[in-house]
Amino acid sequence: MLFRDLMNVNPWQEMDHIREEMNRLFNSASRPAAQFYPAMNIWTSQDAAVITAELPGYRTKDIQLSITNDELEIKGSRQQEALKDGEQYHRQERGYGEFERTLRLPFLVDTAKVDAKLENGILKLTLPRAEADKPKKIEIKTA
Amino acid sequence: MSTEKKSVQKQEALEVATVERTRSGKVFSPPVDIYERNDEIVLLADMPGVDPKTIDIMVEKNILSIQGEIYEQTPPGYELFYREYDSGDYQRSFTLNDSVDQNKIEAKYENGILKLRLPKAEKVKPKKIEVRLKT
Repeated sequence: MLFRDLMNVNPWQEMDHIREEMNRLFNSASRPAAQFYPAMNIWTSQDAAVITAELPGYRTKDIQLSITNDELEIKGSRQQEALKDGEQYHRQERGYGEFERTLRLPFLVDTAKVDAKLENGILKLTLPRAEADKPKKIEIKTA
Repeated sequence: MSTEKKSVQKQEALEVATVERTRSGKVFSPPVDIYERNDEIVLLADMPGVDPKTIDIMVEKNILSIQGEIYEQTPPGYELFYREYDSGDYQRSFTLNDSVDQNKIEAKYENGILKLRLPKAEKVKPKKIEVRLKT
């Protein structure tokens, strides 16, 4: 956890989180939501972060991304091809359904410059670090 | 509070031990859906991140094998911060039923999914199938 996180703990926000979590639990009991989320990798450099996720079969309209402060929310859904009469499955190993996930980013992001690309089933996000969040070198003055 | 959600994890291929590859690295077995219609069998395989040019589909005797190589995914100048999935080539084989016409198998790669259509007909000789690229 970053130092900033410790300073900014908001009890109301925490309670909201718990409530959302409870809602999700109860909702999942009534509707058959897939209990999965795509695996993600994160790379960082001094100035940016790159996040990749494997999302085969998702089209751009099936994925929603949003960034609030240093949290990235990603939602998506993949539908199964409906079988017609006389068709039957031999094997069914691929997952279907909806997922929703929130990631804490390693730093604040310049949201205006975020780039998202979907290619061959891989989602690639490039998130430039906000200028205000970049480390500053501090000169020490001699008296 | 913890939920029972878990991230999608890839299965490593089982048959690696029997046939060795010239390229090092991990090999994964793609998850597939296979369904049968009146006139054909359809196979869908999740193979995200594969370079379409490297997809290799072979039918020999009654074994259908699919392979695909991934391209480099590490962005230059970046360091890995957090990893949930590994990248590696995909490889999997299936035994085909005698009813599939091995001359007429069609393959398509789109959005990270390989789709094969295996029309039903009589048994024939080994054949290599070209991937039809969608541009």
